[in-house]
Amino acid sequence: MIQTTSDTMTENTMLEVRDIKRDYELSGGLFKPKKTIHAVKGVSFKLERGKTLAIVGESGCGKSTLARMITFIDEPTGGDLLIDGKKVDTRAGHLTKEMRQKVQIVFQNPYGSLNPRQKIGDVLGEPLAINTDMSAEERRHRANQMLTKVGLGPEHYNRYPHMFSGGQRQRIAIARALMLNPKLLVLDEPVSALDLSVQAQVLNLLADLQDEFGLTYVFISHDLSVVRYIADEVMVMYFGEAVEYGTREEVFSDPKHEYTRTLFAATPRADVDSIRARIAKKKAANAA
Amino acid sequence: MALLQIDNLTVEFETATGWFRAVDGVSITVEKGEVLAIVGESGSGKSVSMLAVMGLLPWTAKITADRMLFEGKDFQALSPADRRKLIGKDIAMIFQEPVASLNPCFTVGFQIEEVLRIHLGLDRQARRARAIELFRLVGLPNPEERLNSFPHQMSGGQCQRVMIAIAIACDPKLLIADEPTTALDVTIQKQILDLIMDLQTRTGMGLIMITHDMGVVAETADRVVVQYKGRKMEEADVLSLFENPKSNYTRALLAALPENATGDRLTTVSDFFDGNPEPASEARA
Repeated sequence: MIQTTSDTMTENTMLEVRDIKRDYELSGGLFKPKKTIHAVKGVSFKLERGKTLAIVGESGCGKSTLARMITFIDEPTGGDLLIDGKKVDTRAGHLTKEMRQKVQIVFQNPYGSLNPRQKIGDVLGEPLAINTDMSAEERRHRANQMLTKVGLGPEHYNRYPHMFSGGQRQRIAIARALMLNPKLLVLDEPVSALDLSVQAQVLNLLADLQDEFGLTYVFISHDLSVVRYIADEVMVMYFGEAVEYGTREEVFSDPKHEYTRTLFAATPRADVDSIRARIAKKKAANAA
Repeated sequence: MALLQIDNLTVEFETATGWFRAVDGVSITVEKGEVLAIVGESGSGKSVSMLAVMGLLPWTAKITADRMLFEGKDFQALSPADRRKLIGKDIAMIFQEPVASLNPCFTVGFQIEEVLRIHLGLDRQARRARAIELFRLVGLPNPEERLNSFPHQMSGGQCQRVMIAIAIACDPKLLIADEPTTALDVTIQKQILDLIMDLQTRTGMGLIMITHDMGVVAETADRVVVQYKGRKMEEADVLSLFENPKSNYTRALLAALPENATGDRLTTVSDFFDGNPEPASEARA
């Protein structure tokens, strides 16, 4: 049977990626031939509405390239991208406004992703000014509403990014991503630049927002303890390939691939038993 | 005699609104062969207190301490020249951003041989031999060729290995590692931590591990100092810290770990206190 779009997409599927590929071409020098880097070598997955998919891997494994393709920043060199049941035409100039509004992204570094010369109110109002024909007053109203939603207040409307802490800035970046009522939010390491206590607050906020707006998350991270906490499904990437993909329980209880096991073994453990074991080992080594 | 003993260290910076106290009366001791972890969030003064020990703060910083002894020698009484002889030789430091802390204009071979020339006065051949030996020790492949590489030609993990090689070049008695693995991947972090711990056991040097990662603390430390807003909240050996934390702040930090999440929500620090937590009574004594 030939599978058509309508067969594989159920009502509930928010995002489907089929064998997506991205190659980068390095232009050669006078004597150097051209080189092609396969950043993402054919990744497929399906994500249901309201769920969270975590993508794990080390730097250079292609997880951010994948995020850039899902958010239309980069054009895939091969494969299909289906969002909300529709196949996305990712060629430049073919993207609809509506599609762009459905998908938003939050970047890793809240210090780099906000314009230092733009007031927070303008940061939040800009997506509305570009994509809708709302009046300035209404934009202001919406921005203030969103500020309250992410745990800030209307008094922050006229301030500049440098007046905020890292955690507050990440809240602003999240608020900006939510201004257009997206359905799919791509979070590219949203908490790895934050302190532990702030990290917990932002993760709680993300969970609340997911419930309130019925958001679907693609959560990119290298921190397995965060992934274990937030994800419904987990995909492990290694050199551009998805080496492991399954529900959180499957991946964490029974990792199939060698690399996933290495990753688990490398994660520092902060429980009392492993500290005891380490101290005992050290004592034994000292005695010997 | 303790290797390093600091009593009541205070560091202040002048700001537009008056003096800002970054470190407020912190006392730290490290014994020979001991691994001390200093944990805290950004702004807790954990790095600044160690930079003050190293003398790496700008002259605008006001540093006061009742005592600052290294192997019984009073640090504050030393002339800057004498102090420079000590630093880099007996006390060495590894920084957070390996790529940024190496000089991009010189080969890593030049940078490690510079340390050997200034502190040990070795001749050219001995320097080269020792540099190759050190690179082999920290697990860099092809050490002879690596000497001629520039920092940008190497990965972050390799740069951190070079930094470690430079730090241990003169067999320091005390190594201060300031977030040595924060910029690295988990698998590389494991390798670097294993390397540092292995060197520590082999040489028996004192090690101060500055970090914000409770996992790193659990994997490396003997004793832990918890700092918050420039003040020492708690000091305990690693097992009792995790088993039975005394101060509110430590309890909050441990509860905020995602792996300790109970139910749907993570506990945040503000669930434990508003504003300034009170340190456990022992910590201030």
